[in-house]
Amino acid sequence: MSDDTLRAAVPIRTRRIMAHVGIAPMIAAIVLTLIVLAALFAPVIAPYDPIQQAPAMRLKDSTPEHLLGTDAYGRDLLSRVIYGARVSLLIGIGVTVLAVVLGLAIGLVSGFFRYADAVIMRIMDGLMAMPSVLLAIAIVSLVGASIWTVMAAITIPEIPRVVRLVRSIVLSAREEPYVEAAIALGTSMPRILWRHLMPNTFAPLTVQATYVCASAILTEAILSFLGAGVSTETPTWGNIMAESRLYFQLKPWLILWPGITLSLCILSINLLGDKARDVLDPRMGKREA
Amino acid sequence: MLYFIRRVLAAIPVMLVVAVFVFLLLRLTPGDPAAIIAGDMATPEQLERIRESLGLNETLLVQFTTWFGGILQGDFGTSLISSTPVIDLVADRMWPTIWLALITITLSVVIAVPMGVLAAWRHGSWIDHLVMTFSVLGFSIPVFVIGYLLIKVFALDLKLLPVQGYKAPSQDFAGFALRSVLPAFTLASIYIALIARMTRASLLDVLGEDYVRTARAKGLKERRVLYRHALRNAAIPVLTVIGTGFALLISGVVVTESVFNIPGLGRLTVDSIFARDYPVIQALILLTSGVYVLVNLLIDLSYSILDPRIRY
Repeated sequence: MSDDTLRAAVPIRTRRIMAHVGIAPMIAAIVLTLIVLAALFAPVIAPYDPIQQAPAMRLKDSTPEHLLGTDAYGRDLLSRVIYGARVSLLIGIGVTVLAVVLGLAIGLVSGFFRYADAVIMRIMDGLMAMPSVLLAIAIVSLVGASIWTVMAAITIPEIPRVVRLVRSIVLSAREEPYVEAAIALGTSMPRILWRHLMPNTFAPLTVQATYVCASAILTEAILSFLGAGVSTETPTWGNIMAESRLYFQLKPWLILWPGITLSLCILSINLLGDKARDVLDPRMGKREA
Repeated sequence: MLYFIRRVLAAIPVMLVVAVFVFLLLRLTPGDPAAIIAGDMATPEQLERIRESLGLNETLLVQFTTWFGGILQGDFGTSLISSTPVIDLVADRMWPTIWLALITITLSVVIAVPMGVLAAWRHGSWIDHLVMTFSVLGFSIPVFVIGYLLIKVFALDLKLLPVQGYKAPSQDFAGFALRSVLPAFTLASIYIALIARMTRASLLDVLGEDYVRTARAKGLKERRVLYRHALRNAAIPVLTVIGTGFALLISGVVVTESVFNIPGLGRLTVDSIFARDYPVIQALILLTSGVYVLVNLLIDLSYSILDPRIRY
């Protein structure tokens, strides 16, 4: 097979992705894969039971048996950090799916139906004006904390940003000749939304989704850290940090290890998001890069 | 002038939506709101007292108009825990937060704008890469992780600064200043990242404009081209991001005050949420949203000063 046929066989977008991937996004992808694998196979990888207490082993420094040391209850920190990835990723993915689906639906309606637009956008402006962390902790404290309520509470403040993005795309796309033609031909409204307007949103939404995911993982960690997240019995990165606050001056690494893991996770997602933006939206990429 | 009035009026529905949302949050929660606030151990008398003080026995519309009418007259209700007016609680706790916010914003602008200018001016150089790396890091590392990292290095290892705590500037200015360094840098990290990135992007756009080439062609000093011609025109997106980033600042304050044990509004918020002191929570969300809307309103209105083409 000659070079040209090979080139023709690979879709343009895939080729562009391969040519564009630099060293940072590559490392980000590897780090994120490792975190995902750790979360999936936590019971296999983790050397100890993350909630098994061992009073004799309290606040031990790093040893070959306990690589990251133990916490105030003698629990193995490494195992707890590995299990912590589960809640973070679950919340990150759950919130992203919820916020994108709901935001897409609301944004399509808002961008296409002028009479609904004014009302929807006022509500979105109001939601955006409320600090997301405050709103989320208020909701969780009222309905009680479980992984599902935390997910819902984090999703609500994320929706307006998706709505705004989708709406702005629909507003410009609906002026396009092919949409006008579809309207003139009497195409049904759901079909116009679904077939003609929605595909325009996919590329920008992919980029936005990475930022929503990073932001959701961060908010979950803040909620746990402040004590308004999932029950303290579940090891989450934020919960581990919150429990270790009392001992911070004595054993700073109890807080720093989960904190650094959390930062690496968010950093990787953001780097991949930046990369996705450069590839999918070259105009934006040139401005920022 | 017309735009000015319209822009001010546009802030009203936003605040109204916030008020309705904050109001409905408790009422639409499944279950008896009084029981949610009082917890499982409450006696019927306690429940009745809470219902009474929140007006829960009235219809929703009556409740809302009473509550909202009170707010318009400066009455934010009474704390269920300490029985003091919410407004007094807020007044008691607001100064540490105001100081922290002011120092943080000043610090962020003073550091981030030159960083962004330098990165755009030396586009593609190692300085540019350094600034961009810093900005990605600042944006990705959570505020509380930065806080603990700074405490570890500067307070525990180098012993240069106090670990945490707060002193009022009127009582002990040196103590106040020392205790402000770490929280301010912690809170500023994300703001610096945001502002530096936007300054750079916006300045890069402007530096490609004809009038910048003209300014250079007529032999102006580079410094004058940058500050007089380019930066002024690049300022509007930077101001906008300072406004929208204010929401991050508010969330950051809650976390930073917890990390550094600062008795400000952020701590008051967390404490009230755990005490289920709903009138205080309502007032705090309403107040912070109000400040956010106000800051963005002022920034919108200030565009005309920067760009005389924008006339109201």
